[in-house]
Amino acid sequence: MAMIEAQQLSKCYAPPAAKRWFRKSKEPARTFAVDQVSFTVDKGELFVIMGLSGSGKSTLLRMLNRLVEPTSGSVTLDGKDFLALDDDALRQTRNRTVSMVFQHYALLPHRTVAENTALGLSLRGTSAQERQRRAKEALEIVGLGDWGHVYPSQLSGGMRQRVGLARALATDAEILLMDEPFSALDPIIRRDMQDLLLRLQAEMQKTIVFVTHDLNEAMRLGDRIMVMRDGGVVQLGTAQEILTHPADDYVANFVSDVDRSRVVTVDLVMREPLITATIDETPQDVLRRLELAQTGGIYVLDANGVVEGVAHDPSLAKAIRSGATTLDGLLTQDFESVTEDARLIDLFTRVGKHAVPLAVVDSERRLIGVVPRAALLTALADREEAVHA
Amino acid sequence: MPNFHIGDGVAKLVEWFQNHWAGFFNACASVMQWLIDKVLFVLTAPHWLVIVAVAVALAWWARGVPFAIFTLSGFLLIESMQLWNDAMQTLAIVLVASVLAVAVGVPAGIWAAQSRRASAGIRPVLDFMQTLPVFVYLIPAVFFFGIGVVPAALSTWIVATPPAVRLTQLGLRQVDPEIVEAGAAFGAKPGQLLREIKIPLAVPAIMTGLNQVVMMALSMVVISGMVGAGGLGTTVVSGLSRLDVGMGVEGGLGVVFLAIYLDRLSGAFPKPRKAAPIAIEPKADIAASPEVGAAPAPTA
Repeated sequence: MAMIEAQQLSKCYAPPAAKRWFRKSKEPARTFAVDQVSFTVDKGELFVIMGLSGSGKSTLLRMLNRLVEPTSGSVTLDGKDFLALDDDALRQTRNRTVSMVFQHYALLPHRTVAENTALGLSLRGTSAQERQRRAKEALEIVGLGDWGHVYPSQLSGGMRQRVGLARALATDAEILLMDEPFSALDPIIRRDMQDLLLRLQAEMQKTIVFVTHDLNEAMRLGDRIMVMRDGGVVQLGTAQEILTHPADDYVANFVSDVDRSRVVTVDLVMREPLITATIDETPQDVLRRLELAQTGGIYVLDANGVVEGVAHDPSLAKAIRSGATTLDGLLTQDFESVTEDARLIDLFTRVGKHAVPLAVVDSERRLIGVVPRAALLTALADREEAVHA
Repeated sequence: MPNFHIGDGVAKLVEWFQNHWAGFFNACASVMQWLIDKVLFVLTAPHWLVIVAVAVALAWWARGVPFAIFTLSGFLLIESMQLWNDAMQTLAIVLVASVLAVAVGVPAGIWAAQSRRASAGIRPVLDFMQTLPVFVYLIPAVFFFGIGVVPAALSTWIVATPPAVRLTQLGLRQVDPEIVEAGAAFGAKPGQLLREIKIPLAVPAIMTGLNQVVMMALSMVVISGMVGAGGLGTTVVSGLSRLDVGMGVEGGLGVVFLAIYLDRLSGAFPKPRKAAPIAIEPKADIAASPEVGAAPAPTA
C-alpha cells in the first residue's frame, strides 16, 4: 500500500529579477532543483534517495513535508492530498504524521536531551508529565534512556543523532524523513547507527525516506533506492538491480565503488548442480561421472531432491573394491549449505572448506544450485559475469 | 548651483514642533524626569556603602573575586574624589536610557529579522542614527526640552538604541537554519518558532547588544554634560572650560571606572551553561562512544 505518492514533483528557483535582466539569451530562464520526479513509497518501506550534492535529493525530501513548497506536481500522504492542506493542517501533519531527522542533528542547545526529544510533543501542547514519559520511552529505544537530563553539547555526534532519531520517534509519526542523518558521523559510529536503524525498522515498520550520498549506505539500508542526478531520477530499483543492471554510465561509475559482496545475493551467482547422484546408484556409475567432471565429490539426493550427503571418490573406489552396489553407508556430511538470499560476504569463510562446491538449498533443504569457488570470485571481479553466471 | 538651506527648513520644523507640540514634549519631559528621579533616589537614598556593597556583590556573582576587588577599589576611589553624587547621577541616566533603548531596540530588531521590508526600512534609519555626530542630537533636544537632565537622557536613549536593534536582528538571522527547519518540521507555529527556538538561540547576540547599549549610553551621557545633564559629564566639561586639569582627570577617571564596571558586568551574561553531571553507568553500547563531554562536533 502506497504511503507516500509523489507525482511529477518539481521545484524551480527563479533567478532574481536583476539577474534575469542581464541574462544571456541562451541560459534557461529557470533552474529546476527537482524536475518532474514521481515515485511511491509503500507503508513500512525504507526508501533511499541517493545522489551527490546538487542532485536535488534534499530539496525533494523537503517537499515531502513542505519545508520546500513544490513548484508543481502532487504529493499524497496516506491517500490524502498533502499539498492542499492549509497552514494549520500542515502543522498538524508535520507534528503527528511526518517527522524528520537532520544531518547536523539540529538539536536545541538550550534544552536538555529529554526536552529536545519531546519537541514535537511540547509544540502540540502535551502535558509535562506525558512529555517526560514519552521522551524517556523514545530515548530508551535509541539506547539513551539515562541521558535525558544532559545537554546536547555534552554528547558525542553519534549520541546526538540518536537524540535526533528519538525526537522523530517520540511523536509517533508514521513517516520518517531522514536527511543524510549519518553523513556527519565517523565510519564506525555510522555503522552502529545504520544497524540501530535497521533494528528499529524491523520492529517498528515505519515508512522511511532516507537521503544519502553514500551508495554503500544506500545499499545497506534501502529496500529500494532512487538514484538522482541534476534534479531527475536516473534509476529506481533494489540494491541488487542497481548493482547488476546500472541504468547508465553514471550509475555504473558509482556502483564500481560499492562492496559487491555485501549486496549481491547467492541466487545471482549460483550455478545449476550439473552432477548429482541418488542413493541407489552404483558406485561405479557415480565414480565415472566424477572422473568426467574432474571433481572430488558429489551431492547425493533423495527422490525429492533433498541433500542426503556427499560421496567422495576415495570412498567410492573403496566401495567398488568391496563390491557395494549402492551408495548406502558412503555418505559424509562434509558440505556447507546456504539459502539463495544469503549475501556473498557470508560465503567466503565457507566456500573453500570442502571438496564439493557450496550447496544452495531451499526452505525444505532441496538442492537448487551450487556455488563453486570460481563463480564467487568471478562475481566479485566482473559485473557482466555476475549477471550472466 | 541653487542654494538649498536644509538647515533653515529643519530649524523651521523644530520651531513649529515647539509651538504646536509643546504639551507632548512637556509630558515626555515629566515622565523622563520622574523616571530618572526615582532611579537616582534608589541610588542615593541609602548610605553610599550600601550601594558599594550591592555593586561588589553583583561583580562577585557575575565574574568572581578579582572583579569584585576591582569594583570595591573603584567605588571607594570615586567616593574619595567626592564624585559620588555625580557618578550616581550619571549611572541613573545610563540605566534609564539603556532600559528604554533595549525596550525599543530588541522588539525593533525582532521585527527587522522577521520581515525583509521592515529590515529595509529600519536599516537606513540606523545608519543615519549611528553616523550623525552625537553632538547633533543635543541641539533639538535642548530646543524641545531645555537645559538639564531630560534632554541628556533622551539623546542618550536615541544614541544607545541602534546597537540593540542591529545585534538582535543579527542574532536572529544567524540562528542555524537547520534548527529553525527542525522547529518547522515538527509543526511549530511562527510564534513558537520565534519564542522557543530563535530568540533563545539569539540570546548571546542580544546580550552583546545590551553590552553595546550600555557603553553607548555611557559615552553619550558624558557628552551630554554640555547641556547640563549633571553628573560626571558636567565635571569633565567644566574641567575643560576652566582648563582645570585636575578636575578633568578626576571626572575622566570616574567615567572610565564606571565604563569598565558596566562593560564587564553586562558582558558577563549570559554565563555559559554549567555542565550538568553526566549520568552514571552509561549503557554498554553507549560506552563504546567515549567522546562524552567532548567539544561540540564540527558541523560541516
